[in-house]
Amino acid sequence: MFPKPIEKSGPATRAAYQAFLPFALILWLLPLLAIFLTSIRSAADINSGNVFGWPSEFAIIENYTAVFTQSAAAQYMWNSVLITVPTVVISVALACLAGYALAIYRFRVALPLFFLFVAGNFIPFQILMVPVRDMSVQTGLYDTIAGQFLFHAAFQTGFCTLFMRNFIKALPFDLVESARIEGVAEWKIFWYVVLPLVRPAIAALAVLIFTFVWNDFFWANVLTQGEGAKPITAGVRALNGQFVNNWHLVSAASLLAAIPPVVCFFLMQRHFIAGLTLGAVK
Amino acid sequence: MSHAVVPDTDVPKRPSWVRRNKLAIAPWIFLIPALIFFAIYVVIPIFESLWLSLYEWNGLYNVDGESTAVWVGFDNYVKLWDDPNFWTSLRNNIAWLVLYMLAVPLGLFIALFLNQTVTGMRFYKSMFFFPFVISQVVVGLIFGWFYNPDFGVVGTVWKAIFCEETTNILGNVTFTCSRPAPDILSSPEWATYGIIAAGLWPQIAYCMILYLTGLNNVASDQIEAARLDGAKGWKMLWYVVVPQLKPATFIAVVVTVIGALRSFDMIAIMTQGGPFGSTNVLSHYMYEVAISEYGERYGYGSSVATVLFGIMLFFISYFLWRMYQDERGGR
Repeated sequence: MFPKPIEKSGPATRAAYQAFLPFALILWLLPLLAIFLTSIRSAADINSGNVFGWPSEFAIIENYTAVFTQSAAAQYMWNSVLITVPTVVISVALACLAGYALAIYRFRVALPLFFLFVAGNFIPFQILMVPVRDMSVQTGLYDTIAGQFLFHAAFQTGFCTLFMRNFIKALPFDLVESARIEGVAEWKIFWYVVLPLVRPAIAALAVLIFTFVWNDFFWANVLTQGEGAKPITAGVRALNGQFVNNWHLVSAASLLAAIPPVVCFFLMQRHFIAGLTLGAVK
Repeated sequence: MSHAVVPDTDVPKRPSWVRRNKLAIAPWIFLIPALIFFAIYVVIPIFESLWLSLYEWNGLYNVDGESTAVWVGFDNYVKLWDDPNFWTSLRNNIAWLVLYMLAVPLGLFIALFLNQTVTGMRFYKSMFFFPFVISQVVVGLIFGWFYNPDFGVVGTVWKAIFCEETTNILGNVTFTCSRPAPDILSSPEWATYGIIAAGLWPQIAYCMILYLTGLNNVASDQIEAARLDGAKGWKMLWYVVVPQLKPATFIAVVVTVIGALRSFDMIAIMTQGGPFGSTNVLSHYMYEVAISEYGERYGYGSSVATVLFGIMLFFISYFLWRMYQDERGGR
């Protein structure tokens, strides 16, 4: 282990380290703490410039209710759910199939196709923007929920396939080989042998894609117009315009938008981190 | 040639073509749904954009459903060359790329700091990772407020240091400041750096988690051996630990480069490219010209996107080449 394990140093060092940790954490999360404190202040505090002192009154319930009653936040949140969940299902399902094909079979274009998915995952969104927007307008998918999740699902399939293929490639190949000798059909090998083994990868991808798509802002702007189909990220920006200088409400809305991915992360931390390292760092 | 190939009627029927070639056909059946989907939304649009960058088009169709695009050849690129906003954006992209790289060493140092086993360490590690999980839109809003010279953190700290509070006869509080508080996001020189600093916050968290995972795998016997040889501190870090963290470093660099070039959300939230286009980057400038209030310029926008794509392609090729080397080394 590096640096030197703290338990091997003297009690003084250990105590100092223990004491410094919370301090470092507060410093690191200072912007977040500040915005949380703002979100529970009353409007009077904000106007009188009491931004850092002790709140004159706690308005946590008033502020958070105001966000929902004075804006379309509930609708935006629901839209985000409707966009995110189908994206996760479609992209992970497609990636299981494609990852299996690219990892298990040896055929000449397997590696080029794999690299196509990897490269597609890294390209800038802007190179897709005009054609995808135009296609969505032409097919009536512009400003709809489906228009967004179809695009996200297709795009995230690249990342999911990258991850899934590497994961399946690391499984013992003998399993597949012996099933083949037994005469098991290919799709049955996929369904009964491989799929149960990739469950951790499915979990990792599900939380990761959920977070990525929930936090998307660019496509929400490109593919939507009105309140009907806007997800919460674009919604928060709209609220920012609506609640000018009502910083307590803007902060409350921002924190609300952040809650689902945060919950997701804390519930499935191990999977989340495994996904982020792209499976390359175990 | 022998005549033995003539089928013998006694031999059981040969398996069907599908059955004989099942190992050649099966992968395609598994691949087709993903491939079709990916082609429609990702691969084909790339080529359409490249092609569209040679046209001038406002995104409209005439009554017959034909596009009104007009072929202009390389005109868009010529215009781009003379467009000062394009050069500002490109320069900012380079600033993003260079400064964003700080996330890699800073992430490593936080990871080293947290790589201890004391009670509650798991909690601290996940809390340090927190900024990455929240949306960049929220990070942008938080920092936009943080930098606010009137009632943000910067403004408040400034007042505490440089301002004197006076109460006039009517009881109103006024501040007299020896220097006015800096309005970072309204300053053409500093706004970009303000946004990059905000962007570093989640990115450092990302690199940190990559390194924390990597540090788990550092071979402790090598560290002990080096320690016996008298290596410590920086030397230990540089010659023993960092080489073992190579896979983590590679991923950290990849995601940081991609993150820097993709930066859009924060700029859109914090400054919308302003003041006077000074914080634009190619990704935001492309959006601005393609979908603006002055009418859509799809062709010109596509040419900006093509330039960004070219820059990205340079990095993508390098990453793929590295991955290819690993693949050949593997199974």
